[in-house]
Amino acid sequence: MARIFAYIVHRGGAADDSAAELLAAARNIDSTVSPIAIVVGWGADLDAACDSLRASYSEIWKIANEALAYPNAELVRQALVSVLLPNSILLVPHDHFGIDLSPGLSIKLNSAFAPDVVGIDGVEGDFLKIVRQEFGGQVSAHVRCDISSGTVINIRPGAFKPGPSASGSGVVVDKSSAVGALEARRHYVETIVAEAGDVDITKHNVLVSIGRGIQEKENVTLAEELAEVLGAAVSCSRPVVDAKWMEKSRQVGSSGKTVKPKVYLAFGISGAFQHLAGIKGNPFLIAINKNPKAPIFQVADVGIVDDVLEFLPMLTDKVREMRGTSAK
Amino acid sequence: MVGTYSSAQIADWLVSGRNLFLTIHVFGVACFVYIVARRLVPLVRAQRDPRFDQPLARLGRVLKFWLGQWKHPRYNFAGILHILIFAGFILLAARAFTVLIVGVSETFVMPGLSGKSGHIYNIVTDYAATIVFLCMVVAAIRRLVFKPSRYAVPAKYGKGHTADAVFLLGLIALLMVADSLFAASDAAGHAQRGQPAETLAVLSLPWLLQVVTGSMPMATLWILNVTAYLVHEVTFYFLLCYRPFGIQFHVETSLFSIYFSKLERGTLKPVRWGVPDEHLDQVKSFGVKKFEDFTWKHMLDFYSCADCGRCADNCPANAAGRPLSPRFITIKARDYAFQHYPVLGRADNSNPLIGTIYSDDEIWSCTTCGACEEECPLLVEYIDKIVDLRRGMIDDGNVPQSLQKPLKALESRGNPYGKLEKKKADWVKSPELRQTGPVKVLDGKNGADTLYFVDSITSYDDRMQSIGRSTARILSHVGEDFGILGAAEKDSGHEVRRFGEETLFLALRDHNTDAIKASGVQRIVTADPHAYNALKHDYKDVPPVEHISQVIAREVKAGNIEFSPVENEANVYAYHDPCYLGRHNQIYDDPRDVLDAIPGLKRVEMKRSRDRSFCCGGGGLMLFYEPKEEQRMGVLRVRMAADAGANVIVTACPFCMVNIEDAIKVAGMEGKMSAIDLTELVDQHLVREGCIRAVCTGEEKLQTATCGG
Amino acid sequence: MEILVCARRVPDTSENEIEINAAGNDIERDELVYSMNEPDNYAVEEALQIRDRVGGNVTVVTVGGEDDEEILRRELAMGANRAVLISDDVFSGSDGRGIAAVLAAFVRQGHYDLILTGVQAEEGAAQVGGMLAALLDYPFASLVNSIVVEDGKLRVSREIESGNREINEIELPCVLSIQTGINEPRYVGMRGIRQVASLPIPTLGASDVGVDQAAVGGKAARAKRVDYFIPALSKGALILHRSREENAAQVLELVAAKGGLK
Repeated sequence: MARIFAYIVHRGGAADDSAAELLAAARNIDSTVSPIAIVVGWGADLDAACDSLRASYSEIWKIANEALAYPNAELVRQALVSVLLPNSILLVPHDHFGIDLSPGLSIKLNSAFAPDVVGIDGVEGDFLKIVRQEFGGQVSAHVRCDISSGTVINIRPGAFKPGPSASGSGVVVDKSSAVGALEARRHYVETIVAEAGDVDITKHNVLVSIGRGIQEKENVTLAEELAEVLGAAVSCSRPVVDAKWMEKSRQVGSSGKTVKPKVYLAFGISGAFQHLAGIKGNPFLIAINKNPKAPIFQVADVGIVDDVLEFLPMLTDKVREMRGTSAK
Repeated sequence: MVGTYSSAQIADWLVSGRNLFLTIHVFGVACFVYIVARRLVPLVRAQRDPRFDQPLARLGRVLKFWLGQWKHPRYNFAGILHILIFAGFILLAARAFTVLIVGVSETFVMPGLSGKSGHIYNIVTDYAATIVFLCMVVAAIRRLVFKPSRYAVPAKYGKGHTADAVFLLGLIALLMVADSLFAASDAAGHAQRGQPAETLAVLSLPWLLQVVTGSMPMATLWILNVTAYLVHEVTFYFLLCYRPFGIQFHVETSLFSIYFSKLERGTLKPVRWGVPDEHLDQVKSFGVKKFEDFTWKHMLDFYSCADCGRCADNCPANAAGRPLSPRFITIKARDYAFQHYPVLGRADNSNPLIGTIYSDDEIWSCTTCGACEEECPLLVEYIDKIVDLRRGMIDDGNVPQSLQKPLKALESRGNPYGKLEKKKADWVKSPELRQTGPVKVLDGKNGADTLYFVDSITSYDDRMQSIGRSTARILSHVGEDFGILGAAEKDSGHEVRRFGEETLFLALRDHNTDAIKASGVQRIVTADPHAYNALKHDYKDVPPVEHISQVIAREVKAGNIEFSPVENEANVYAYHDPCYLGRHNQIYDDPRDVLDAIPGLKRVEMKRSRDRSFCCGGGGLMLFYEPKEEQRMGVLRVRMAADAGANVIVTACPFCMVNIEDAIKVAGMEGKMSAIDLTELVDQHLVREGCIRAVCTGEEKLQTATCGG
Repeated sequence: MEILVCARRVPDTSENEIEINAAGNDIERDELVYSMNEPDNYAVEEALQIRDRVGGNVTVVTVGGEDDEEILRRELAMGANRAVLISDDVFSGSDGRGIAAVLAAFVRQGHYDLILTGVQAEEGAAQVGGMLAALLDYPFASLVNSIVVEDGKLRVSREIESGNREINEIELPCVLSIQTGINEPRYVGMRGIRQVASLPIPTLGASDVGVDQAAVGGKAARAKRVDYFIPALSKGALILHRSREENAAQVLELVAAKGGLK
C-alpha cells in the first residue's frame, strides 16, 4: 500500500479545518495506517502549524523555505515533487489552492488525479473507488482511479466528517533540505481583502437567505449573525431588496443572481418561482417559514414551520455551541 | 394704409420702403427655404418609411388631431390655451399674409376677402389677435410663476427651457402688437384725414391701440405705422427662420407629423421597410445605431416635438425614477440633429447614439406601455424608435446579462424560464379541471374549433397557472370546443420582439404559426394580452384572436352566463387596464361589463384608467430586467387603487398579476389590498348547472347537494 | 497577442433536468440542450477584450465531435478569429489528462502567448487547464477574475476565500483558468450565428496534432467513471416536528453533513 499524504492548509499558525477532514478521508482509504501531514511554509507560523497537528497526525513533514512564506501553488508544486515518495497518494482540499495546485501536480508526479471527491469507498487492488458529483451536484458518480503510479485526490471541504479529536503525539520531521531552489514564472504580489459589502453571493457554498418573513430591516442582523458563525453569506429574495433592507447584489432570483450553493437556508421565503429560479445545482434546501402552505416546502429538502425571528437566533446559538465559541 | 402715401413720400424716410420690404421678403423667404432644406438633409439620408398610403384615413387624422386639436384637452388648461392660440393662428394666417404683401403691392387684397367679407374677417381677426396676445401673457405667467412640473428640465439634461419659451411667447406677442398697431395707426390715420377707415373690433387690441393713438399727430401716426409694419415683417420672418431651430418648428412640421403618423396600434415597424422577413439575413446591420438609421418619419418626429412634457408626465418608467424620459429621447435626438446637421456647416454623422446621447439603461427601461404615444398631441411615435435602438444594441451584442439568460432559454427551450417543453401542459393535469374544465391537447389526434393560446407564464408559473385553469373552466362552461397546443406551443415572442431580438422572435413566430395551422383551429382565445397582441398584430396568417374578456362579455350579453352574487359585499373592486388589452387594443369596456354583471359588485375607477392606465411594470422579458428605479411601478399603481377606495385590484393579464401581487407585498399592504384576475373572479362566480352556490374552485368545495365541481 | 481558448460543449444545467438513463452508465441525453460551458464563454469574452485592447488573434479550440461545432460557431459569431475542432475516434473515453495531452500537442504546433480555459465544466473537475500547463511547462493560475496585460507578462487576480483577491504576476506564455463573472460576455443570438454560418472550421485528427496515441483514449485513462447514481434524497420537504432547539440542532447536523460548514 502506497504512503498516504495529506496536504495541510494553514493560516496564521493554525491548521485549517480541512486537516481533520483529510484525516477522516484517509481513513476511508486505509484505516490501518495514519497519513503523513505535509506542511509547507516559513517561520514561526509554520512551526506553530506543525505543532498543532501533533495531536491528530502521527507524522508531520515540515518543509520550510522562504519562497513558500506565501503558498504560491507553482512553487509548492515543485517542493512537493521533490519531497513526496514515488507512487504516493496525496490528499488535498478542493479549495482555491487545491484547484491551483493539484492538476499540474498530478502531471508532474505522473499520477492519477481525482478532483472534488465527496466519498471514498475503499481500495480494490490497484484501484481506488471514489464518489464524485457532476452536473452541479444533480447526479453522483462512482469513479475508479488507477493508483498504481500514485494519485492526487482533491477532497471536497465538508464532505468528510472529522473523526473524534485525538490526543496523539505526532512527530515533526524536517524535510526542508530535500527541496532545492524554487523558481517559478508566477510571482505572488499581494492579497486584496474584500471590502465589507463586497460579498458575492454566487461564490458561497452556504447561503442564509431571507425573505419578507424577516419583517423589518433591523432583523436582518439576525441573519448576518448566523451567516458569520457559519462562514456563509446572507442573500435574499426580491421583496427584501425592494424594501431596501439589503442591496441588490444580495438578491437571488430570476431577476437577481443565480447561486449554486451546497446548502441554502431559506428563512421567511415563500418560494415564489422567480426566486427559486435563481437557485441552481440542487442544493440542500432547508426552509423555515411561518406558513405551512408556503410553496417553498414543496421544493425544500427539510422544512420547519416556525417563526424565523425566533429560529434564527436559536440556530446561531447552536452553531456557536458546536464551534465552542461563546455567544456574543 | 401705407399705400395712402406715395412711394415718393416715403422716400423721405427710407431708401425706398417698398424695396426694403421686398428685400426683407426675399431675404426672409430665402433664409427660410434654405434652413428648411438643410433641415431636410438627414431625412433624405434616412431609412425609408412608407407613409403615403391611405390618404383619406390620413386626412381624417389631420382633421381630428391637427385641426381638431383632439389630444389637447387631456390637459385642460394648457389644452384650451393651445386651442385658442392655434385657432388664432389659423384665422390670422390670411391677415398676416395680406399685411406682408401690402408693403410691396399696396392695393393687395386677399382673394375672397374683399368688401364685406373682408371687413368681417378683419373684425374676427382683431379679436383673434387679441386672444392670442392674451394667451401669450397667460402662458408666460404660467411658465414663469406657476411652473408646471412637466416643463422642468432635470439637471442631467441641461439647462431649463423656460427662457427660450418665454422668448418665443414674447415674440409672438410682439407680432400681435405690431399687427394691431399697424391696423390701429392705419385706421387712425385715415380717420384723421376723413377717409374711410377700417372699423376695428370693439375692445380688441387694435381698437385699444387706436384709442390710444387716435389723436396723435399724423407724422407720429405715420412713423408708428411704418415702424409697426417693419416690426411685424421682421418679427414674422425672424420667427419663421427661428422656429426650425427649436420646439416651435412644430408649427410647420405638425401637419406632416400628423399626416404621416402611424395608422395602426399595437404593431411594430419591420427591421427594414421593404425587406421581407425571409431576406433579413442580407441586412448588414439591424436597428438604429447611428442617427441615419432612423427613418425620415422618426426624424420628422424629433423636429416636431413641442417640449410639452405630457409624454414624460405619463410615462410610468419616468414616474418610477428610471432613467427614461420620452420627452428627452426626442429632445436629445433633435439636438443631435441640429448639432450634426447644422444649417451652416457640414453634416457630420458617425457617432453611435448609445453611449453618447442615450444610455443603455435608458433604452432598456421602457415597458412599451404606449402612454407617451397616447398622450402626444403631435402623434410622435416612441415604441418603434425604442425597439429599433434595442435592435441595434442586440446586433452589437450589448445586452444586459440579466436578459441574456432568458433569451438563451427562449432559444433553446422556447420559454424564458428554461423549463422543459414537455412540461408546458402539466398544468392541465390539475384535479381541479377534471370535472369543470378538462383540457384537450391538440396533438394531431385531437382537434378543436378554438385554440386556447396559453403562453409561457401562465403555463409554467405556479401562481399564474390558476389563470389558465380558470380560463379553461370558463371556456368549458360556455360550451367552447377548445384545446391547447401543449409542448408544441412556444412563447408567443411578443416581448422578445419588443426587446429587439427580431431573429429569435421570427423563429418563435414561425414555429407557433406552423403549430397553429397544423391544429386546424378556426379561432384563438387567450387570457394573456401580450399573446393577444402578438397573435393579432405580429403574426400573419393565423386565425382571428380574441381575449377571454371579450368572450365572457359576449356570453354575458347573450345570457349564457349567470353570475352568483359577489361573496363579500364590503369589497371594493378597481379594474386595472392592462396596457396591451386597453391602450394598445382599446378593449376597455368588455372587462368592465363583465365585472358590472356580477350582482352586488362595487367597482370604482382609479384616477388613471382606460387609455391613461398606469403600467404595472411590464411583462415578459421586462420581469428579468433589473432597472435602476426609486419605486416600483406596481407599488405606485397599488397606491392608486387604495386612493380610489378599492381593496381589490382586478387585472386581466398574468404579468399585471405578478407585478401587482409583488407590489402589494412590497408596499406592506397585505391584508389591506388583494389582487385577482378577471378569469379567476368570473370562475368563482359562475352559476354552474346543479350548483346552488357556485364557488367551486376545487380548493374548498362548498357543501351543496348537487355541486358537480 | 495570440490567444487560444480551450472550450467545451456541455449540457446546460439550468435548462435541463438531469436524469440517469436506464442502464445507469450515463445521463439521459435525448432531450438535453447543450450550450457553451459558461466559464469557457467568459474566457472567450476575456480573450476578445484583450485582443481588442492589444491586438492579435483569438483562436477557439475544442476536443470533441461534429456536434461540438455549434459552440465553435457561436464563438466565431462572438468575434473569435479562428475556430478548430480536434476530433478522432481514438480520443474516445479519454479522461482529463488525455484531453490535456491532445490540447498540449495542438499548442506545440502553433505559437500562442496566452491560453485560457474556463475554470471547470459540468464534471466540476477543474483539471484540464492545470494539466495542460504542466504538460507544456507553462506557468499556471486558476480562478482568474481579472487580467491586466503588461510588458511580456500579465498581472492577474485570483479569486480566493471570502471574496478576497490574490494578485499575481505571471510570465508569458502561460495558461489561465477563468472564473465566471470576470467580465460581461456580449450577447450572441441566432442572427450572429447565421452570419458566420459559412466560415470554415477545420477538423484535425490525432495524427494532425501529433499526439501520442498511448496517452489518450479509454485505455490511457486513469480515472474512469463506473456509473451514475442519485444518492437517496427524499422528495418534498421533510418537516421537522420537534422543539425549536431540537430542530435547530438537527438543521445544524444536516448543514454540516452537506458540506456547509467551513
